[in-house]
Amino acid sequence: MTFWVLLTVNSVTFGGLLFLLSAGFSLIFGLMRIPNLTHGSMFMAGAYLGATLLAGQLGFSLNFWLAAVVAALAVAALSALMERVLLRRLAGQQLAQVLVTLGVSLMVADICLMVWGGDPISVDNPPGLGGFVRIGAAALPLYRMAVIVIAAVFAIGLWLMLERTRLGAMIRAGVDDPDMARVVGIRVSRLFTIVFALGAGLAAFAGMIGGPILSVYPGLDQDMLPLALVVVILGGTGSLLGSFVGSIIIGFIYNFGQALLPELAYFVLFLPMVLVLVLRPQGLFGGQVL
Amino acid sequence: MRIHRRALLKGAAAAGLAVAAPAVLRAQGALFRLGLLTVKSGPLAQGGIQMEQGALTFLKERNYMMGGRKVDFVSADTGGNPAGAKTKAQELVERDKVDVIVGPLAAFELYAISDYVREQRMPTLSLAAADNLTQRQPNPFLLRASATSSQSMHPIGHYAATELKLKRAFCITEDFAFGYEQMGGFQAAFQKDGGCVVNKLWPPLSTPDYTPYVAQIADCDGVCQGFAGSNPLRFMKAYASAGLKYPVVTGSTGGDDALLKSYGEEAIGLISCSPYTLDLETDGNKRFVDGIMKNHNTIPGFYAAGIYMNCQVVDAGLKAANGQSEDKEKFMAALKTVSLTDTPRGPIKFDHLGNVVGTSYVRRCGTEGAKYGLKLWNKTIKTYENVSQFWTWPEQEFLAHPVYSRDYPPLTKC
Repeated sequence: MTFWVLLTVNSVTFGGLLFLLSAGFSLIFGLMRIPNLTHGSMFMAGAYLGATLLAGQLGFSLNFWLAAVVAALAVAALSALMERVLLRRLAGQQLAQVLVTLGVSLMVADICLMVWGGDPISVDNPPGLGGFVRIGAAALPLYRMAVIVIAAVFAIGLWLMLERTRLGAMIRAGVDDPDMARVVGIRVSRLFTIVFALGAGLAAFAGMIGGPILSVYPGLDQDMLPLALVVVILGGTGSLLGSFVGSIIIGFIYNFGQALLPELAYFVLFLPMVLVLVLRPQGLFGGQVL
Repeated sequence: MRIHRRALLKGAAAAGLAVAAPAVLRAQGALFRLGLLTVKSGPLAQGGIQMEQGALTFLKERNYMMGGRKVDFVSADTGGNPAGAKTKAQELVERDKVDVIVGPLAAFELYAISDYVREQRMPTLSLAAADNLTQRQPNPFLLRASATSSQSMHPIGHYAATELKLKRAFCITEDFAFGYEQMGGFQAAFQKDGGCVVNKLWPPLSTPDYTPYVAQIADCDGVCQGFAGSNPLRFMKAYASAGLKYPVVTGSTGGDDALLKSYGEEAIGLISCSPYTLDLETDGNKRFVDGIMKNHNTIPGFYAAGIYMNCQVVDAGLKAANGQSEDKEKFMAALKTVSLTDTPRGPIKFDHLGNVVGTSYVRRCGTEGAKYGLKLWNKTIKTYENVSQFWTWPEQEFLAHPVYSRDYPPLTKC
């Protein structure tokens, strides 16, 4: 009983974390038509920066949430710079853009190794969220329940942004048909930069939020990127609802798959992705933003 | 882009000089080439970076001289996978023409290069475990001053059964050779002293979240973990997050002193058995630790100590061979006779299969005695001397059973 309760809650938590990571990836993929292979690196960079700010190694120390936000903004700014300087030069050449993101991700991984070394960095739970909630014999960390709430808040926030703001309308138009959007007068290339920065910032924020659960270590980027990819392919690119549903599904498959079928853990994880690509290539909710 | 003729000529001259330089340098005096196979990327980077620090600290201490010869040090990053290890080993042997290889880090890497170094007759002083290469498939060109995977786990299995009085142990470690051999060793020694292993789990080497595995830990009175690199930290966190309170025992990598600066409260109470312990108060250890702290501003652990000691063995072996390393068999024979007392871990010597016989230290992690600005400290609570790779079994009896693997020893009903 403890086993099922613990894993169910962890599935939703992990799903929430994956949503924060992959929502940005999905929007970037949907709008710019490139799978952003630096997404895992942004997650890791956000985690490293956030952990450094939290530990006060730059002379001043921020609280957990502020550290997460500042790290997210820093990564968003650097990513916007990367988009303008590198990706925009290759506008229209999707393959080249993908390769550039791959190259940058390798560079970021090495830079993180140089700056922070090979040792893993532990991130403490934010104050107040360090305890447990007991359901029967199961001890559920309070922080993991908080992650579910945070993911839900962001899901609603992103939905409101896409549905109710002009920016959101422009993004939706861009995802639907970028050429038509240009014809109508939407500055699609500026939209690219904004969405790229938004996606990167979300990933970095997710990295810090995931810190107390996953810790920060070299190789974190490579552990998380395939999961984001699977979520987005399953849910459909450019679709927020797809990211949300896909994340929860993958959260459950990841947890229960590893626990119940450890030999087939990776197979079970990638099987839904393969099925979706064969049977419904646009993903569960692909072809529509919401 | 047009290349002007002058630029082309200058470039060609520079390239020619670069190619000729090694030959020019080689001609000046008998340089001794030391090659290091380590891992500087991915989850094993934590240990790999330290291995290089251990080697550099030794070389700086001796002013880059070994056995009376000047040392040329070459470091290669295998990437932490067997194919990479093979490629880099070939580079070291064929391109850099090293005289001895120190490393690699991981058991599966050593298994991958073993045949090659034997073929090439390249003396290799391994840090990596890989039990069988000094047991049932001995490699005459292999020497190991660290330990086999099971060498550190036999004592802790014995300790868990006899001193912690555990009866039902739950084993969890990574899904690769080092993990299987560690748990095999733990189980064999634990069972010998009356314990029983209830289950063994093998999460993949790259596992972001250990919760699905931790959720399965139940119906036992103690946990044995064998994680390496950054993974012990994350496992202990997940373990504490799930509210589990069983005592946890581990080997040399799970309780590595180098992780002390990254561990938090979740590590208090962790009992580990390692061939090296930071709290050993001897001149040999003090010199080593001071050297690492001065050169690299960090606290060393098992990985750095292992490579430092391998270098000490190379130095002593080269002296015993009168500085001659060209005759590989003679050099190997000289290396095997090395017996040192002034190492970071205390006295070491080698058995006839090339594996070390030395002291194993059982430590408990706590706050007592912490030095060097650390908050946590592994305090030695028991010492086992003259621990060989066979523990208390006679050699023939030990070699008669198959190598420790995923399925050996088999799980029995507890």
